[in-house]
Amino acid sequence: MIWQLDLAILTLVVIAGIGAITVKDLLGAAILFGAYSFMMCLLWSIMGAVDVSFTEASVGAGASTVFFVAAVFRTTRRTKD
Amino acid sequence: MQMLVAKYNYWIYITLMMIGLYAMIAKNNLVKKIVGMSIFQTAIILFYVSIGAKRGATIPIIEHGHGEGHGAGTHMVHAVDYINPLPHVLMLTAIVVAVATLGVALALAIRVYNRYNTLEEDEILAQIREK
Amino acid sequence: MKIIGLIIAVLTGALLIYGTVDFPGWADPASPASTHLSPHFIEKTMEETSVPNIVTAVLADYRSYDTMFETTVIFSGGVVCFILLRIFRRKEPEDRLYRHVLTGATIRVKEGGKIPPDSDDFERIDTLWTPHDLIIKTVCRLLIPFIQLFGLYVIAHGHHSPGGGFQGGVILGASIMLLAISQDLRTAVQRMREKVDALLSPTGVFIYAGTGALCLLLGLNFMDYSALASVLYVDPVTARSHGILIVEIGVGVAVMATIIWIYNNLSSAGKYDEGL
Repeated sequence: MIWQLDLAILTLVVIAGIGAITVKDLLGAAILFGAYSFMMCLLWSIMGAVDVSFTEASVGAGASTVFFVAAVFRTTRRTKD
Repeated sequence: MQMLVAKYNYWIYITLMMIGLYAMIAKNNLVKKIVGMSIFQTAIILFYVSIGAKRGATIPIIEHGHGEGHGAGTHMVHAVDYINPLPHVLMLTAIVVAVATLGVALALAIRVYNRYNTLEEDEILAQIREK
Repeated sequence: MKIIGLIIAVLTGALLIYGTVDFPGWADPASPASTHLSPHFIEKTMEETSVPNIVTAVLADYRSYDTMFETTVIFSGGVVCFILLRIFRRKEPEDRLYRHVLTGATIRVKEGGKIPPDSDDFERIDTLWTPHDLIIKTVCRLLIPFIQLFGLYVIAHGHHSPGGGFQGGVILGASIMLLAISQDLRTAVQRMREKVDALLSPTGVFIYAGTGALCLLLGLNFMDYSALASVLYVDPVTARSHGILIVEIGVGVAVMATIIWIYNNLSSAGKYDEGL
């Protein structure tokens, strides 16, 4: 494990997480959540959990993001907070 | 300092978990709440997987040569050389179940939008009170 | 509400951070989680099941009850999405729009009017229709077979490399979702109808539970795949490896169908029209 890489990705994960809940556009929130999931998948592959990171890459960064985009498309992009 | 080096990972996981919790409590928009729920879920999964991490060990796939039958008795497998696989198994199924529950949550959000024409919690509550 | 939420989050976080003082250090090889129970699985899995990927072996063999009910939960998720969203419209809308693919001309068919013959020249569209990019369409059309092939590889090769039923099923489902995004939902539903989704997701669960029940019928415990040795004509250790493969196929089928089913319902809000 390389701790510099670990720390850099952890920082990016926190930034993407805070961004996903503060951005004032739901489509942006969906895409930031996809980025968050992908960083998470990198974090797991650093820890050596290859099966989990493979699942997260296909499910979290792929299917979840598409579901969010589909739901936002069917409702509204507008949000107050 | 010793403790900071040993524990800083856990602290960042807890920070992520609290970001999710705050979004679930304080955000007004239903989709934002669902994003918060997903962040909370992933942070717990991250914490759980980190329990299995082991310094100086490799991924939990046993090295094996080709065409040596079952590999039993050909070479010894030492537990110190491989990462603990049990948390991975538990969390792998949890991730896939999370996407099914996410689908249900988003379906509920779409139904709420069709009924009240908004996703904001306070506007929905105001419309319910008017009736 | 915001301040209360912030206070709750900070307090809970402080308590949890105080709790980490008693934790073993991060990635400590001598931590209790790495010294109890898990060495047994790491050292014995290869002898007992002849599967090198310990995660797959524990997932589908040692903890197969758990995985079976997780598959059931995924199936229930698909059914709940269907029940919440699906709208069966008894009568068709008065006017239907068709687009001539070669010229791009749109025609409107009044109620009771003649529908164009079922040829490839015409495509049913909605009022929300937007033109699709030719490059995206063509590239996706070229990519989809390879994505599906990779999904099948991931399911079949889960014993020796990272992968297995869950990941392969999601990749197979994602290939159909890519078709639905790059073309439109109607094209994807024509390839994979709603009935097929609704049939395949319980079929996957039944393949899983049926394998377990077969072991019970052959005289051993539920999900003890070494009972399959007499059916498959192999020794009990290889039979466990084959049993894991059968179960993974069941999981893959269930996950694939459920992901597509949820996507279809979400992206069209239950109307099964244009989609995204």
